Amino acid sequence: MTRIGTMWRKSLDGRTAALYLLPSIILFSVFVFYPMFRTIYLSFFLTDQTGNAAIMVGFENFQYLLGSSEFQNSMKATGLFVLYTVPITIILALFFALLANEKLKGIGFFRTMYSSTMGISVAASSVIWLFMFNPSIGMFNRLLGVMNLPQIQWLLDPEWALLSVSISTIWMNIGFSFLILLGGLQNIDEHLYESSRIDGAGYFYRLRRITLPMLSPTLFFIITISLINAFQTFGQIDILTKGGPSQSTNLIVYSIYREAFINYQFGTASAQAVILFLIILVVTILQFKLGERKVHYQ
Amino acid sequence: MKMGLPQKIWIYFLLIVTSAFVFFPVLYAFMISFMTGPEIIQGKFFPESISFENYSKVFSRLPLLSYLLNSFIVSVSVMLGQLVVCSLAAYAFVFFKFKGRDFIFFLFISTMMIPWEATMIPNVFTIRKLDWFNTYQGLTLPFFALAFGTFLLRQHFLTIPKELHEASQIAGLSRFRFFWRVVLPVSKTSLVTLGAYGFLTTWNMYLWPLLITTNKSVRTVQIGLKQLQSQEIATEWGVVMAGVIVVIIPTLLLLFIGQKQLQKGLSQGALK
Repeated sequence: MTRIGTMWRKSLDGRTAALYLLPSIILFSVFVFYPMFRTIYLSFFLTDQTGNAAIMVGFENFQYLLGSSEFQNSMKATGLFVLYTVPITIILALFFALLANEKLKGIGFFRTMYSSTMGISVAASSVIWLFMFNPSIGMFNRLLGVMNLPQIQWLLDPEWALLSVSISTIWMNIGFSFLILLGGLQNIDEHLYESSRIDGAGYFYRLRRITLPMLSPTLFFIITISLINAFQTFGQIDILTKGGPSQSTNLIVYSIYREAFINYQFGTASAQAVILFLIILVVTILQFKLGERKVHYQ
Repeated sequence: MKMGLPQKIWIYFLLIVTSAFVFFPVLYAFMISFMTGPEIIQGKFFPESISFENYSKVFSRLPLLSYLLNSFIVSVSVMLGQLVVCSLAAYAFVFFKFKGRDFIFFLFISTMMIPWEATMIPNVFTIRKLDWFNTYQGLTLPFFALAFGTFLLRQHFLTIPKELHEASQIAGLSRFRFFWRVVLPVSKTSLVTLGAYGFLTTWNMYLWPLLITTNKSVRTVQIGLKQLQSQEIATEWGVVMAGVIVVIIPTLLLLFIGQKQLQKGLSQGALK
């Protein structure tokens, strides 16, 4: 009895801690872990209209997807989209952050301008860009007209649509990347620069030898986040192109959405969701493996 | 950092040109929101007169006021919910020693690797089973627990001296009172960062409200914009842009006020 008593008292900490952790654990279980396992489960089934598993088909959903030109096309579009958006967003945001890190009068104003796109929702940004891409009254074709260049059917031409969506996405993501990179720059110890200045090192030498290495953890973080975000793109596709024209912008999340909630094919939609999960898992693991080697921590 | 005048002029030049580029689309939308149809077709940049006609039109065509209110309720609920749920969890991770702490911590980390979009299909079924379609709890509750928020707060809690905790125990302060009276007040900056982040991301959420609102009762402004754009296309861009401006003002203001705080807080949470 007394032994049980002491154990009971000893585990008091654990029980109280459980109380504090309970809300998170319940919510994660219901809305993250259970649905993740359920998605994997459903990906091996054909489902009825309400999403109940009906016929077990093993890996057939995956086989079907890998053989379907529609899905291959969606994967290709997603890959290209990541390639178009992530590097340019980060390079531009880094350039802006370096400029905005100078101690000059009125620099706060410029910082606000650069970070502004973070405060603008994907839906609102997409509507603004939809107007700018408008073939007859949009700004881009007007500019081309002024320069006597041929007009472009930005969002309606399969050759241009993905590029157009990418341009608008780069703009949408700049604010957040800028804010994170500026924060990283401001964490770098000023003394590092002072000693290099005595040596008479130039700006680009300092950039290459001090700033970038010291910034590498932040860069690493923002590259990972940007990659993951790019794979999760949905809103701008829904408003700008609806996956068209001829599926040239049918990115993976949009494809899952359509398969599940428009075509009611929950089995193949879940299989796509599993593939999305695996891609992000691989990206995260790769990033960490590479990051361990390349990143310089203070 | 000392620099020469030519260098200064060069940097100011780059700052002005590039920030103008970044801000241009917003400014353009703002200008369009005051224009009449013919002005837009002529391709002007400045409206001839400042008239709020487009704004009164957009409020009469859409229940924009109730959408704004819905967005506000949803964003504030998620913000408060996240603050409560994340700070409780972070407190347990920092100030309690218990079996399986590392394992639970690992579980929290693993949720960051599961993209929300990969779980949305069963989540929609769950909401349907709970009969939570078109309800505030359906829009908000799934987002209360947040691994990122827990880490952000945990980082801050770790900086609180252990002696303070020991002293509080000797003084007979209960666990909860220490949390409420000491830990939360000294972590104000991290709480503000997380709060601003939660509000901003919820206000801008698109896919989830699209999936689980089927009528206008709890619909948020982002879905309102989609509606507006599909109704008004090619006809009245001025009205559409007025809607856009109304929707972005709250978050832009929040960002302008909290920019410094957000930048500091987010990059700290990201790194340590």
